[in-house]
Amino acid sequence: MKKSALLAAVCVPAFLAAAPLSAKTLVYCSEGSPENFYPGVNTTGTSFDASTQIYSRIVEFERGGTKVLPGLAEKWDISPDGLVYTFHLRKGVKWHSNKNFKPTRDMNADDIVFMFERQWKQDHPYYKVTSPNHSYFDDMGMPKLLKSVEKVDDYTVKVTLNQPEAPFLADLAMEFAAVQSKEYADAMLKAGTPEKIDQEPIGTGPFYLVQYQKDAIIRYKAFPDYYGGKAKIDDLVFSITPDASVRWAKLQKGECHVMPYPNPADLQAMEKDPNVTILSQAGLNIGYLAYNTQKKPFDDVKVRKALNMAINKKAIVEAVYLGSGIPAKNPIPPSMWSYNDSIKDDPYDPEAAKKLLAEAGFPNGFETDLWAMPVQRPYNPNAKRIAELMQADLAKIGVKAEIKSFEWGEYRKRMQAGEHQMGMLGWTGDNGDPDNFLHTLLGCASAQGNGSNVAKFCYKPFDDLVTKAKVTTDVAARTKLYEQAQVIFKEQAPWFTIAHAVQLKPIRKEVVDFKLSPFGRHTFYGVDIKGK
Amino acid sequence: MLRFILTRVSLIIPTFIGITLLAFFLIRLVPGDPIETMAGERGIDAARHEQLRKEFGFDKPIFVQYGIYISRVLQGDLGKSLITQAPVWEEFKALFPATMELALCAILFALAIGLPAGILAAIRRNSIFDHGVMGISLTGYSMPIFWWGLILILVFSVQLDLTPVSGRIDVLYYIEPITGFLLIDSLLSGEEGAFASAVEHLILPTIVLGTVPLAVIARMTRSAMLEVLGEDYIRTAKAKGLSRYRVIALHALRNALIPVVTVIGLQVGVLFTGAILTETIFSWPGVGKWLIDAIFRRDYPVLQGGALLLGIVVMSVNLIVDLAYGLINPRIRHHR
Repeated sequence: MKKSALLAAVCVPAFLAAAPLSAKTLVYCSEGSPENFYPGVNTTGTSFDASTQIYSRIVEFERGGTKVLPGLAEKWDISPDGLVYTFHLRKGVKWHSNKNFKPTRDMNADDIVFMFERQWKQDHPYYKVTSPNHSYFDDMGMPKLLKSVEKVDDYTVKVTLNQPEAPFLADLAMEFAAVQSKEYADAMLKAGTPEKIDQEPIGTGPFYLVQYQKDAIIRYKAFPDYYGGKAKIDDLVFSITPDASVRWAKLQKGECHVMPYPNPADLQAMEKDPNVTILSQAGLNIGYLAYNTQKKPFDDVKVRKALNMAINKKAIVEAVYLGSGIPAKNPIPPSMWSYNDSIKDDPYDPEAAKKLLAEAGFPNGFETDLWAMPVQRPYNPNAKRIAELMQADLAKIGVKAEIKSFEWGEYRKRMQAGEHQMGMLGWTGDNGDPDNFLHTLLGCASAQGNGSNVAKFCYKPFDDLVTKAKVTTDVAARTKLYEQAQVIFKEQAPWFTIAHAVQLKPIRKEVVDFKLSPFGRHTFYGVDIKGK
Repeated sequence: MLRFILTRVSLIIPTFIGITLLAFFLIRLVPGDPIETMAGERGIDAARHEQLRKEFGFDKPIFVQYGIYISRVLQGDLGKSLITQAPVWEEFKALFPATMELALCAILFALAIGLPAGILAAIRRNSIFDHGVMGISLTGYSMPIFWWGLILILVFSVQLDLTPVSGRIDVLYYIEPITGFLLIDSLLSGEEGAFASAVEHLILPTIVLGTVPLAVIARMTRSAMLEVLGEDYIRTAKAKGLSRYRVIALHALRNALIPVVTVIGLQVGVLFTGAILTETIFSWPGVGKWLIDAIFRRDYPVLQGGALLLGIVVMSVNLIVDLAYGLINPRIRHHR
């Protein structure tokens, strides 16, 4: 650091002639290159991190939380039947500019309509640009949900839904709903280079893109006209560093200030480093083992309960998550509203498990398969190791489990098709709404076909609750419904809930007010840096 | 000589076809399909999946797909990345100079140390120096690149604070790519200290990537030298009373270099394989990292295009080496 600081002192004046000498630069050691700068077609956190600095959304999540706050829309009205949302837009919101495009107008209703239509109307000129796969838009059910999106005047947009949808606002705070400039899009279409809007992005967010070199660097500058006020740092640099140990080396040396996804093996050294602080927060996620409830013998709740009692959860979490996970009892994480803390987890009790198994007609156990993901996921650091531990526990009650694995894409596809008997998977929340877990992962609708309900769990009393909660807009009433749903979940045991992974973020001491996002995002608006 | 060149060049065509076939079909044998991968964590429903397969043309019979691919390649169109939508050629063009720069430095480093070490080891056969060189080169040859890179970072960057950890240049410098070779661009940029920073960043990756070729070159030079030193003409030269230096530098070295040149040519392929790992450790934005990502994302056009382009580079280098070989050793072109 000493040397590069000296170097910097010598060179900064030379190349930042126009910028103030006290420019504050924050370097983030990101883990990979973004796919592009259009979150509407992206699915990875890496890509979202890169684009989220640039764009604004109609509404925003509060920094470090899941609460929905005004964004480009200053305020909104919801009709009493929950079907019509009228957004009143902020005036005077400026767009970024670059060498190909100088905006002539502020953000207005046309841009909001463009955001919806680009992902919604298959005949829209931008629908297929970059990719026709609008993953999150589709997955949040937008094509079915939206009835119409109309511009009332320049600063009012009316969105009509086909049915009430409680998580709708939270959905609009997600990355896929990033608002792009219609004027820029039109200009690029005319120039015959529509894909430019996703490669050289223009947004209304706190930072604008200055330079992107694939696999090397993403360079941003604070946007002085940002509607929320200029960011505290002047320059934001993503130094792309794929290897976790190398990221740690860079953090130690001060070559970067914030690093994501530390290697668990390095954590001890990080705790000892006086220049580094480790922030931690239970992530919005769950890792679980799903029983295929439509296949024998897992169609019998006694079998599922027995297995839940046979596996030593505490041992697994301690051995595999290494202090970066907390044992899970509910299908939603404790940081989420409506989490039912009065629920008791199934005890670890092999004897009782054996008894229950005998009652179900399997006194000598049975043979089954146990699927383990081939890759490390945020909610599950080492599925194969967990599978081995589970296999050993199950053997004690006579259940012989054969561990299986496939290439990751294949694995998920086959699980979703229901080819497994037991299999591990997990989920990271998108919008902070319990619906996103309980209905998406355990409702009847997603148990069909290739839905994400891999337990193929379709149980009417449970489904009734989560479907009702989905169309109720009153939060207190929804909370009650979800709490009840968690009781039924525990009784029916479609999953063995493993753990909620804790998010650990080593940052350097000079970083001020960096907040962990429950969604696992990295945003730098509001962050400051000391001593520069 | 002309016939020699022509036969060599004509071999390129079947090799070229072979590469396209391998690149096209091998990646399709790997499980996982690009649309699933694109859908990420969330999966995708069957109807949508089918629709996207059509959009990307994956619904056509595989041989038809290959035909379309080849006809496009012949028109100079390598296709677009499924993930970024940028033309494969554009991405390659932007990233290849970084790999090239690193590979050139690595091979120069390997030659600068490997050649003299090999020669000296041969001259002082069975001395401690000889055993030392052979021992070290064997170690270097078997060193796992990943581990070696991390060790160097820990020692030289973190502990001793001599070199930067990773990347091509300090993030404070804003260098517009002109040639893509940062050593040149940093000079052109006129920013004070940029060149020095680029050099500093090159040191560790050069050592890591150059280690295996260095070991191979040292061993090869040594054995070639030993063989030549045992030849009659060397004895004659010595008997004529030529100085030891003249015997080695003029008579022995020239002939010993012939097999060494071949080895250097073969090392080009090794360098690109090594670059994949080296680039990942040192966050070096080259084609190695690019191809690795393409494999994970099942980005077929990138893999096909990348393999083809790298194939062309390796073939060209080998062609040049072959021709150079023919030049220094006339026996090669006549006796065939």
